[in-house]
Amino acid sequence: MSPRAAWRLESLGFQEVYDYTAGKQEWSAFGLPVEGKAAEQPRAIDVMRTDVPTCHLDDRLADVRPMVEKAEWNVCVVVNDERIVLGLLRAEQLASGDEKTAEEAMRPGPSTFRPNVPIEQMAEHMIEHDQESAPITTPEGRLMGMLRRQDAAKVALEVHHHHHEHEEEG
Amino acid sequence: MPRSIGRDEVQHLLDQGAQLVEVLPAEEFEDEHIAGAVNIPLRKIDREARDRLDTARPVIVYCYDDP
Repeated sequence: MSPRAAWRLESLGFQEVYDYTAGKQEWSAFGLPVEGKAAEQPRAIDVMRTDVPTCHLDDRLADVRPMVEKAEWNVCVVVNDERIVLGLLRAEQLASGDEKTAEEAMRPGPSTFRPNVPIEQMAEHMIEHDQESAPITTPEGRLMGMLRRQDAAKVALEVHHHHHEHEEEG
Repeated sequence: MPRSIGRDEVQHLLDQGAQLVEVLPAEEFEDEHIAGAVNIPLRKIDREARDRLDTARPVIVYCYDDP
């Protein structure tokens, strides 16, 4: 639709016309600012934490573990120099032998979620799949933050109560 | 000829004062739109574009996605 609009604007005398073909779907999936009714509802990006520890493939668990404990997390995201998510070290993997590298111990290819997913949907998914935390990434896999189930469930419950109150008022 | 651009260029052009237009119907715009965009649905472009936009300034149009 937007290419036709762009051509029509040009024919109407607009001198410099551009077409953002990936559109609002991509914009929103990258966590860029949006407005409107749907945008008022909390999403993963609003609740995720950005202080989640990260490490690289060749880091040794002996070094990673104390860093994760100090940060008061029980998970570490294995990333490359571009912050692309390659794997996860959860408590079980972090407890592997000291000499192991992150690459040897990690769970590769974890599921990741986009920042624009509504928080209620995230909470439901995490509870259903018994997932304690979920990496939030751009569509190209770059780490933006980590969503904790506890945080997601708390905010989802608040949203639910808010809706319920409004329904009762109405 | 209109040029297809990516989100980095959109941000750059917006910083420079470009006009951003969502061409989807009003209901979809009201539900969610890129911050700062105005809504001129495709069918209304002929009637409204010249009144609501500056022909001399860059204009970026978008819809949901157009792969």
